Amino acid sequence: MSTLLRRGTPLTSTGIVLVLLVLSLVVGFVLTAVEGRNFLSSGNISALLTGISILGFIAIGQTLVILVGSLDLSVPYVVSLVSVLAAGTMAGEDGNVLPAVLLALAVAAAIGLVNGAIVAYLGVHGFIATLGTGLVISGYLATNYQGSHGSAPRSFRLVGATQVGPVPVSTLILLGCAVLVVLMLRRTRTGHHLYAVGGNREVARLSGIRTSVPVLVAHTLSSVLAALAGLLLLARLSVGSPTIGSQGDYDLMSIAAVVLGGTVLAGGKGNVVGTLAGVAIFSVLDNVMGVMGVSAFLQDVVRGLVIVVAVAVYARREIDRRPARFERPTGLDAALQEAK
Amino acid sequence: MTTSTQLLDRAGRAPLADHHRSLGGRAAAALATPGGAVYVLVLLLLVATIAANPNFGDPGVVIRFLGRTAPIAIAAIGQYYVIVSGEFDLSMGAVVAAQVVMAGNLIGQDDSRILPVMVLMLAVGVLIGVLNGLGTTLLGVPSFIVTLGMMLALGGLVDHLTGGAATGNPADTFREIGRGGIQDVPVVDVIPYPLLILLVLGALASWSMRRPFGRSLVAAGDNADAARVSGSSLWWLKTRAFIISSLSATVAGILLVGYAGVHPSVGQGYEFTAITAVVLGGVLLGGGRGWVLSAAAGAVALELLFVLLTALGVESTWRATVQGLIIIAAVAVAGRAWQRGRRPRRTSPSSRHLTHHQPTPGTTTGDN
Amino acid sequence: MRTPLRSRSLRGAVASVAALAVLAACSTDESIDDPAPQAGEESASETEESGGGEEWFVQADFDEQDEQRSATFEGDPEQPWLQYIDGEMTDTADYTSNKAQKVCFANASISNPWRQTGWITMNQQLKVLQDEGVISEMETRDAQDDDNTQIADIDYFISEGNCDVFVISPNSTAAMTPAVERACETGKPVIVFDRGVETDCYTTFIHPIGGYAWGIDTANFLVENLEEGDKVVALRILPGVDVLETRWGAAKKIFEENGIEAVDYFTGADPTKIKGIITDELTKGDVAGVWMDAGDGAVAAIEAFEDQGVDYPVMTGEDEMSFLRKWEETGLTGLAPVYSNFQWRTPLLAVQKIVAGEEVPKEWVLPQTPITEDERADFLEANEGMPDGHYAKFGGEDLPGYPQVWQERQIP
Repeated sequence: MSTLLRRGTPLTSTGIVLVLLVLSLVVGFVLTAVEGRNFLSSGNISALLTGISILGFIAIGQTLVILVGSLDLSVPYVVSLVSVLAAGTMAGEDGNVLPAVLLALAVAAAIGLVNGAIVAYLGVHGFIATLGTGLVISGYLATNYQGSHGSAPRSFRLVGATQVGPVPVSTLILLGCAVLVVLMLRRTRTGHHLYAVGGNREVARLSGIRTSVPVLVAHTLSSVLAALAGLLLLARLSVGSPTIGSQGDYDLMSIAAVVLGGTVLAGGKGNVVGTLAGVAIFSVLDNVMGVMGVSAFLQDVVRGLVIVVAVAVYARREIDRRPARFERPTGLDAALQEAK
Repeated sequence: MTTSTQLLDRAGRAPLADHHRSLGGRAAAALATPGGAVYVLVLLLLVATIAANPNFGDPGVVIRFLGRTAPIAIAAIGQYYVIVSGEFDLSMGAVVAAQVVMAGNLIGQDDSRILPVMVLMLAVGVLIGVLNGLGTTLLGVPSFIVTLGMMLALGGLVDHLTGGAATGNPADTFREIGRGGIQDVPVVDVIPYPLLILLVLGALASWSMRRPFGRSLVAAGDNADAARVSGSSLWWLKTRAFIISSLSATVAGILLVGYAGVHPSVGQGYEFTAITAVVLGGVLLGGGRGWVLSAAAGAVALELLFVLLTALGVESTWRATVQGLIIIAAVAVAGRAWQRGRRPRRTSPSSRHLTHHQPTPGTTTGDN
Repeated sequence: MRTPLRSRSLRGAVASVAALAVLAACSTDESIDDPAPQAGEESASETEESGGGEEWFVQADFDEQDEQRSATFEGDPEQPWLQYIDGEMTDTADYTSNKAQKVCFANASISNPWRQTGWITMNQQLKVLQDEGVISEMETRDAQDDDNTQIADIDYFISEGNCDVFVISPNSTAAMTPAVERACETGKPVIVFDRGVETDCYTTFIHPIGGYAWGIDTANFLVENLEEGDKVVALRILPGVDVLETRWGAAKKIFEENGIEAVDYFTGADPTKIKGIITDELTKGDVAGVWMDAGDGAVAAIEAFEDQGVDYPVMTGEDEMSFLRKWEETGLTGLAPVYSNFQWRTPLLAVQKIVAGEEVPKEWVLPQTPITEDERADFLEANEGMPDGHYAKFGGEDLPGYPQVWQERQIP
């Protein structure tokens, strides 16, 4: 591993994450085989991909928000809200599916806009702004929903249950959204501005970028993508649940996946492919621990360690490649030098 | 009541040493900063609470309230060090829970084990701080991730080792630290030990932020380059901040065992409460700005908010919504105050890469 | 909220709207997606439960559980985990087998002391049945309180688990229904316990009487011991969980009918929050009673009264040892409602009956009897040495490893 990283052309952080993913797949394959199971059976591949789908949507959105230098902690509540709103609107009728989906996306977009506006215009840090809106939504949910609510018609549930070979339809939708977001980031002016504002807001402003726009766009897309996750959960659960978002710890896990995927937490650098690889690594990890029968408590220990160690693998390299303003003498050598 | 005024005085005075305006003018200037505005917020909430429930005006009630706020205020002080240096500590809740369970399981009903176990708890606190600090500095992993990993790993480990359930509450002598107080005091009836501990730690914190350590820490949060030029070794500086943070969580844990007893859910969400308190106290996420005692005042404001919601009889399910709205509003107002306290420019205070590093007197010295 | 109006920013806005539109389109795909049945797996159920019943409280369920509180239970009262209310039975002749069974257990979580206690008991019961050659192994997946994870767990068992029997402790009722139906489609016995599902395809559904019964027992006790107009503080763990909402729904109704003023709070079972809430309520005025939807943290509530120097309330907790001990120590007027923890033994014993071809109750309703003050001493004595987070009616006294395994909380 280490020789691989040192030799040859320098790997980008995305490259390293992909190497980590391949490595985790190999380890997963071996450990699963030791348990007498087949890692590559269609059932297992489908389980792996399903594990990726939901966190995947949220993590793509989180990537955008982090790229622009903010955070989104409201995603679990957006997921829950969308799940109950859409389920209530569908009420088991095929004809209601389209209005329900549009309503869900519109509500989510509105929440995202509010988040973005609080960050961009009121000058509140994304951490606090979205923590706050999350609380606001959770109060609304607690007041109005005492348990599962509404129901999804069969046509809508098929989205969660249909597979093309071993690949769930939900994974294909995820990939579609990922491609669109990548195109947005690479090809549109807003995408470029998003990086610019996340990299250095002041410089971006001085170079004539209206800095609020990328912030609004990133937060809005993050909420909309969380809404897609909520809709997918609705398709899988068949009913809306006011707690489904909090159940999955999607706020912190999505941030972890984004950073694991090589996006710089301070903003301005990173990409969606890395994020998806990060989500995939989590999925493989959960899958293998499930097969091995690791106890629920120890699973958390392993997750915690893997997150830190995996990020550490490339974090030190990243330091050297950062522009001056990010530079931090956090390498061992620098530290020792200073200690003298 | 008395104590909150004390806090107010100290905070109001400290940053103004270099000023030459009148006392009133200086106080007003200080209150217009986010670090000062939080005291206004505390006062407003206190008045509102007393208006909603006159019983809360009783000095004895207020002092007990401050006593029970002490653990979260201490945690906020610890979190302040990490935040002002530009980092996060998300492991705080897990540290509190781990220490609470440790106290319950190791001390049991045996008074003679109190001291050794407390030493062990503090040692564990230091160890966690060191791990968080080195992970952030030497490994170069963002502190958000290091401490998130710590949160997961520590929580899982404690559950795994104890089977989830703690044996039971530790000896009453030990619990006195968090539950007892000096009895038969005139006017207030009782002075809770946690409040005394908070005052001592607050004074220590205030002192430490005037020392080179504190100044370098703020400088590091404001701009790592500047800190390096000034010759401080960044890794040790930040690691100390993490150690202080997890030690404060340890102290909070010791007080909470006394106050509420042992349960694995003690400390749940403490990291978010502490960070919110620090931000309410006008400290800038991303580092470099804010006063330590204002962070503690932010914790008091947050707890007062809960009391007010109870006094007003706000429906349980809506409490989170009201809380969220008030937090956003308070921080937004405080953000405006920063902007006014600084040179007039269009920079948003949430920007992490402010180009000027010269703190404006009276707003940013962090030496409180 | 200001909207950017200048032309420069307009382009950004247009770009973002375009991006939104594309995303919306990408989600519309989802809704119109009605593919040919190449589907590997899909929920075959056409059962549509009431589309969003605004009224959570179900009077029929309330009445049924109210009756069951005084029902006669079949079987040996010494083994309450095998008792049941007479009713429809499932014929299991088709499942008869001499082979040791592989059990696949999809568990909701072990994230609270009640589930941890039950999980320990279940594993000790498993050892007995393994020794008897009934069960070869039990593969467990823990969903960590997440519906989505549990659905994946069940699907994994179906496709990869090689299971002879499914045991499912659903994380939530409605959401787990399609997955349980898929498990039923395999033709293997499916045993559901604790929380239910909205289908009856299972072989047996094991549960104590239920949340309404809990609410009725506790609220009636408080009403009997309080005066009209007295105030009760209700401490609830968290909103949106059906099994907890029914407890509160029943209690709230009875409080309202009897003129008891009840205010409710969410505590997350955190004793710090509980103590703060009670203290604030005591500052506001007298509190005559405390009601809990689960006993976790009961001690902190009682200590809040001590620290304020006021009389103890009339209180209902749970059969958790911490509450029983504090209850005895303080001598307050109390009741320990029970959500029978011994039900964790029953699913594996049901496996034994099923493979032996014995019929089992379709809906296996276990006794759920609160512990009264008169019985308290017996339970305290029987569970001496157990940790505070242990549950008195855990029902594992005759299993191997008793009492050390429970005392040391050996989680497998």
